[in-house]
Amino acid sequence: MSNNWETVIGLEVHIQLNTKSKLFSGAPNKFGGVANSQTSLIDLGYPGTLPVINEEAIVMAIKLGVALDGNIPEQTVFARKNYFYPDLPKGYQISQFDEPIISGGFLLIEAGSQEKKINLTRAHLEEDAGKSIHIPNERLTGLDLNRAGTPLIEVVSEPEMRNAQEAVSFMKNLRELVRHLQICDGNMQEGSFRCDANISIKRSQDKKLGTKVEIKNLNSFKFVENAINFEIARQINRLENKEKITQETRLYDEKTGETKTMRTKEDENDYRYFSDPDLLPVEIDKNKLKLIKSIAIELPLDKRKRYATVLGLNQAQIDTLLADPALTRFFEKSIANSALPPKLAANWITGEIMKYLKDQNINIKQIKISVESFVKILKLIETDKCTQNDGKRILRMIWEDEALIEEAIKKTLSGKENFNDENLRKIVSKVLNEHPKQIEQYLSGKNKILGFLVGQVMKVSAGKADPKSISKLIKDKLNQ
Amino acid sequence: MITPTDSLSDIKKGLDNKSFSCKELTKFFLDRIEKANKKINCFITVCRESALKEAEKADLKSNSVPSPFAGIPYANKDIFCTSQIRTTCGSKMLENFLPLYDAEIVRRAKNLGLIMLGKTNMDEFAMGSTNETSFFGAVKNPWDLTKVPGGSSGGSAAAVAAGLVPFATGSDTGGSIRQPAALCGITGLKPTYGRISRFGMIAFASSLDQAGFLTRNVEDCALCMEFLSGFDPKDSTSANIPKGDYSSELYAKLEGKKIGIPKEYFDGNLDSEIGHCLAEAKDIFSKLGCVLVDIELPNTEMAIAAYYIIAPAECSSNLARFDGVRYGFRSINSNDIDSLYKNTRNEGFGTEVKRRILIGTYALSSGYYDKYYEQAQRVRSVLKNDFNQAFKKVDVILGPTTPSTAFPLNKEARNDPTELYSSDLYTIPVNLAGLPAISIPAGFGKKELPIGMQLIGQAFNERVLLNVAHQFQLHSEWHYQIPKFNESCDE
Repeated sequence: MSNNWETVIGLEVHIQLNTKSKLFSGAPNKFGGVANSQTSLIDLGYPGTLPVINEEAIVMAIKLGVALDGNIPEQTVFARKNYFYPDLPKGYQISQFDEPIISGGFLLIEAGSQEKKINLTRAHLEEDAGKSIHIPNERLTGLDLNRAGTPLIEVVSEPEMRNAQEAVSFMKNLRELVRHLQICDGNMQEGSFRCDANISIKRSQDKKLGTKVEIKNLNSFKFVENAINFEIARQINRLENKEKITQETRLYDEKTGETKTMRTKEDENDYRYFSDPDLLPVEIDKNKLKLIKSIAIELPLDKRKRYATVLGLNQAQIDTLLADPALTRFFEKSIANSALPPKLAANWITGEIMKYLKDQNINIKQIKISVESFVKILKLIETDKCTQNDGKRILRMIWEDEALIEEAIKKTLSGKENFNDENLRKIVSKVLNEHPKQIEQYLSGKNKILGFLVGQVMKVSAGKADPKSISKLIKDKLNQ
Repeated sequence: MITPTDSLSDIKKGLDNKSFSCKELTKFFLDRIEKANKKINCFITVCRESALKEAEKADLKSNSVPSPFAGIPYANKDIFCTSQIRTTCGSKMLENFLPLYDAEIVRRAKNLGLIMLGKTNMDEFAMGSTNETSFFGAVKNPWDLTKVPGGSSGGSAAAVAAGLVPFATGSDTGGSIRQPAALCGITGLKPTYGRISRFGMIAFASSLDQAGFLTRNVEDCALCMEFLSGFDPKDSTSANIPKGDYSSELYAKLEGKKIGIPKEYFDGNLDSEIGHCLAEAKDIFSKLGCVLVDIELPNTEMAIAAYYIIAPAECSSNLARFDGVRYGFRSINSNDIDSLYKNTRNEGFGTEVKRRILIGTYALSSGYYDKYYEQAQRVRSVLKNDFNQAFKKVDVILGPTTPSTAFPLNKEARNDPTELYSSDLYTIPVNLAGLPAISIPAGFGKKELPIGMQLIGQAFNERVLLNVAHQFQLHSEWHYQIPKFNESCDE
């Protein structure tokens, strides 16, 4: 029975832009801070104040529009969405209705093992509201308007997703995109990237969509998945019991994992949209659009494909490298003009560098080592001037102060010249002579014993020799 | 010697020659305000102490301040925010509201060294044309204390007419500068929409609101324009279009200038004594070498209906912020957020404001938006087009400012608001088209009440508008007439 039902999901994703100032005022656009400390009279809705559009937000929106292959119009119009709420200082939100900044476009997501194209209806710019802080014991409500006026882009998808996993993939891919475009920090806990999900159920043979229910304000991938799955089950259960679905807005309770009615259609506001007479239509300069298109970045999805097929990186490495756009940039810079094998750089970044970052609980932006120093170390390894372990040693020595790099290299490599092939061959011969038993084992097929023999040679060379070369010399000698 | 009807250039001369000090000048007007305000109620707030202090400062550095306006007293309509000086907008809602900043026009005046004497009375949130909707009581017309001064800038108009201040700022959404200027027998200029920053002017209908000036004569308007108008990046609708050298262009000869006479402005609605005065005015222009051209503004009659959709629609949204949450009046009879909203707005707003909020809310509601708001916007383009066509043939358009002279104060008798609305028929089309227009004195009716003539100019061409108006004043005496009331203040 239940496999007869089909789920239809559309998402409205709110992306908080990381502009320096707010969408219509010069107040700083920063998360947190003492309540109402990051507000101007414009954000507070003071009588007589007027909004002025933040050009940086327009540019960011265009960047997103270009990346999503959406249509950027010649002019875009701001509209007032009128409703009363204590954290909405003007009694209306400046948003867009007709003529949004982006219409159409698409986002590719994963659907099972397939790639699926999700079409977008539109994306518009709007200002965020403040926050009400309820103090129930004192029957008081405080207002923090720091967030009021923060720029948001709301991306509205077509109802083309079929299950929670697709919705999560949509969110993940869009988040990765906006982070790589450097227009949003993607911080879901702080609400910089959140969504409303519209869910309806229909019989698979039906053309007409079922009654939709909107779940508001989902701010983690887990919540998106859980809320949608709960809602699908709830709606199918009702339909199977021949109960109607009410068109309503619901809230997800992360404690119980359930959705609950917030308001029904009857309680919906009539927002009385009309174009904001305080703001003239924003003309989008063709040359500016051209410029933004010309400097468009490689999209994360394209990067993923290139890393796998051209650079030969594995999936785990790709995920790690793309999880932080700054890390991606570090990686790409390291291979850009250095002729380093990408695989080597990727191994080191996802291995050694990540380990350090994790140990010290910092991110790549806080690292004290420049790409140049990093490349220098890897070059030594690549040209067999030092071993991987030498490289790690150097890295450790310069971790706090990269100015020490020349000294560190000198220290690590000093005495290396004593271990040229000729010297090394002598040591190998000596070690092999001392271990006839192990040679016998090796020759009888126990290849693992090679590691022991290499270790013995390393010991004699005080760790300065290159294990690769040792291994090769031993093999050559024994296979003669 | 200071006289109450000194023009700005008279005052400037007096200050420059040291005929009087700035403090004497300021005190002179403040004393007149003190006497007169009890009778005509044209000031909501008088800034006696701060004005005298500023005047003393101006005297001390009178030779070093390069501003030609330094030390000249003026008044602001109480719609302009003034830092730390109460700004009420004529409403109980803002009875005790102290702004934290100066409106752009106020800031510019301050920078020039102008001395603000006070804040003038007005219809509540600029909604009205009699000044009777003010929470602070009606203003009386200095020409006849039983008559309305007009509105909404009635306080500014009455104050200038009564010789209490050399000039005052005003705002004009549907005639709120020109109509009171006409009814009080003074000069009132509404510049082109976008010419003067709206920043800090409490919004009524954003797409129509325009700041301007109420003055003794056209020359003073030109000075105000030179010093207080101009682009402001804080107002997105402010126009970045160069200003003219208004004062020096006042004296250009009018020979060959074409003055349009719209037949729609001279039909049966117009009082015959006003028609008579305008006929005389036309003669003066003819003698000055102007060519009078009959024109048509065929869609004029649709203007009022369109205006009373668009203005209330915008006001319903603009006034939503007065909710008792952050500033202004808050009802104490509330126990939850909904009752706080309802009671605050019910108790804080007057009847006319509530009426317009309701009309506007209705006009924007889903299902009615297309029928009303969209339709009104279409009418607006039609009206703009009417003017565009007319201005292909003429330089300025001449007509009445109001259909009648000042009418009796009698708030209670005004049961049908549409009757009042319809008297804005000559001023409203100008706001809908965003054009500059000026009302100048053009005679008197039988009851010795002033009559105003309106001249409408092309967008951003205040130069020609002021030139034409000034030339009329050079050849007429109406703007020198002063109400008898003036004398009662001299005692």
